[in-house]
Amino acid sequence: MTPDPADRWLARLVLVAVLTLILLPIVAGFWQTARAAFGVVPALSAADIGLAAWHQLAATPGLPRAIFLSLWTGAATTFLSLLLSAGCCVWLHRGRSKGLALRMLTPVLAAPHAALAIGLAFLIAPSGWIARAVAPFAGWIQPPDIISVNDPWGLALIIGMAAKEFPFLLLMMLAALNQIPLAQTLRTGRMLGVPDARIWLVLIGPQIWPLIRLPLLVVLAYSLSVVDVAMILGPTNPPTLAVMLTRLYGDADLLLLLPASAGSLLQLGLVMVSGLLVFSMQYLMRVYGPAWIASGACLPGLGLVLRLAAIAGAVMLALTGAALIVLLVWSVTWRWQFPDLLPESLSIRFWMRAGPTVGGPLVTTFLLAFFSTAAALITAIGWLEAEDRRASPRAPWAEALIYLPLLLPQIGFLYGLNIAALSAGLPQGIGMVAWGHTIFVFPYIMIALSDPWRALDPRLIRAAAALGAGPWRILWSVKLPVLLVPILTAAAIGVAVSVAQYLPTLFLGAGRINTLTTEAVTLSSGSDRRVTGVVTSLQALLPILTYALAFAIPAIVFRHRRAARS
Amino acid sequence: MLELRNLQIRHKNSDSLFAPLNLSIPAGQVAVVMGPSGVGKSTLLDAIGGHLAAGFQTKGDVLLQGRSLLPLTAQARRIGLIFQDPVLFPHLNVGQNLAFGLPRDIKGRSKRRATVHKALSDAGLADMGDRDPATLSGGQMARAALMRGLLARPQALLLDEPFSKLDTALRAEIREFTFAHIRQAGIPGLLVTHDPQDAEAAGGPMLTLSPA
Repeated sequence: MTPDPADRWLARLVLVAVLTLILLPIVAGFWQTARAAFGVVPALSAADIGLAAWHQLAATPGLPRAIFLSLWTGAATTFLSLLLSAGCCVWLHRGRSKGLALRMLTPVLAAPHAALAIGLAFLIAPSGWIARAVAPFAGWIQPPDIISVNDPWGLALIIGMAAKEFPFLLLMMLAALNQIPLAQTLRTGRMLGVPDARIWLVLIGPQIWPLIRLPLLVVLAYSLSVVDVAMILGPTNPPTLAVMLTRLYGDADLLLLLPASAGSLLQLGLVMVSGLLVFSMQYLMRVYGPAWIASGACLPGLGLVLRLAAIAGAVMLALTGAALIVLLVWSVTWRWQFPDLLPESLSIRFWMRAGPTVGGPLVTTFLLAFFSTAAALITAIGWLEAEDRRASPRAPWAEALIYLPLLLPQIGFLYGLNIAALSAGLPQGIGMVAWGHTIFVFPYIMIALSDPWRALDPRLIRAAAALGAGPWRILWSVKLPVLLVPILTAAAIGVAVSVAQYLPTLFLGAGRINTLTTEAVTLSSGSDRRVTGVVTSLQALLPILTYALAFAIPAIVFRHRRAARS
Repeated sequence: MLELRNLQIRHKNSDSLFAPLNLSIPAGQVAVVMGPSGVGKSTLLDAIGGHLAAGFQTKGDVLLQGRSLLPLTAQARRIGLIFQDPVLFPHLNVGQNLAFGLPRDIKGRSKRRATVHKALSDAGLADMGDRDPATLSGGQMARAALMRGLLARPQALLLDEPFSKLDTALRAEIREFTFAHIRQAGIPGLLVTHDPQDAEAAGGPMLTLSPA
């Protein structure tokens, strides 16, 4: 059977789409950032090639501390997320309630980072819900004089980031467990008398590591360079490097974008060095691990640590749930004095008043989510279909290309991309921002859709082909409807990712495109909590409702088709 | 007439799965291929139907009414395929499943519906067109799958152990039903099976595959 010319045409079309949609903006962005870092920004008539920008960056007050904070909070977030997800993974596997736990993760996975961070701030602030709960016992009538949000060591930032990242890692771990002979490994280990915790560490861990390595690197890169959460929960003076750079980029003095660009490359360096560190740890494990395992040495208390991590994970989930609830509570509050646990009086006044201010950003958020998800979903389906027709497994470079946007710091190339777009004469506005969102939506959609797509029963496709259906008809009337559940789930993930984007909206919209996320971040610094509550609740509800829709649609469409619903 | 001429199949880096095959199946007859597990019986059906996975190569030829099939795509070969499981499309109802492969030259909604309805009646599924396939019994699913395959008017039908998952009583009934419809359609059939009773009932040419 010779390959159909139409199939080759499809493969090329998809490749071109991915290259222009994803790779081109990244390369162009980094190129312009690098030019600016070495003194060349034609638009500002800056053309002195040299290291001036780097000297200026080095002279920025607080830079060493900012670098330290980025590394510390990034590494701590990643480690904590890994520990919590591993603990929960082991614990969930013992219980029978895996499905229930996964459903409880859904709102956390759907809610944008910024909403969770703001809700968390409402919880742990000196005047927050936790302090109110403790007040009667501690005898507080005034908010206690402690720094719990924006603490100089970034602890609030670490907790806020880990609360959002560990469910993601947990989900990836559970997916990875389906791909290894888990039951056999457990049975064999137990038969040999190895304690469960050790089986997980030395037998199961090494098998799933290759499958969760990329997601872990995504968490690492993101935690090292996150901007919105760090603005809301992180240290302020100095802040983390990424926040410091965002401030420089946003300064009225446009020439500060030169040192900011140098800082972007520095940020890229931090991410790359941290990534290399992970790989060198992997190398050490590979070299010394087997001998260590064979020596029979054990980590005392490992079982206890895993159990504590599972408890901490559950506490973290409860905290996130409370964070989402407190947002809603504040949004309908009228009066709420400090030591009271609940508001004195409620009102929907702020929701009614929010219309004019929130309406525009809501529509913008919706449009951006719609267009970026549509573009990414069509490209992803095209990619997977082209793979089916080539009938060969995905090349490693292709897998790397999918993950690339998530492994790079956003601040490394987004401002450069803005410069590139301007100098290419592309109109600034919602289209450009939607493109920016697509860069980050596409990888998540690919990650979500690839496994279910490959797991489709191949006999369905053969049966359709044997009945005379061509590849396009098979795609349209067999694959897409049968895969409706995973496709809608992937779309919901895409919407959630788009709604959560902060930096692409800020930089590519030149500050003129406002979404619920940019509004929420702006409001988070000292505005009326009731107004913040309204905007942030809306920001969190939009993706959560999209998820609910993704569950509801197949249930309705396939209400008379039992086997198609699952 | 379906003919295999010196047909050999091998995976890229290994030897041929079985010795060169020669077989002629006249229209209306069902030939039987037997052989131990793993010898490549399903792969043989894949090669004839055009569903071979990447990395497999064929030698020799497969002819249908004198025309070589190997250069054609699966859908252009017009060869029906019946699996061990019925593999009905889960998102379509029973009637829509049967209509899926109905040729385009049967035009008009009412004519297509009538064709499907007649096939359903033939299969004892008269009132089940609107049913969810997941609610049918095993025997009903098997008959629906066969009717779906035949409505596409295939030029030959491949059967991959289609009776092996049915219980004994049902097996004889479905076997009878299947062979009768193949005879009636006047097309060659090729049945892969482990069950000597299947082979006996088929009554056509018989072949035992052995590793090359």
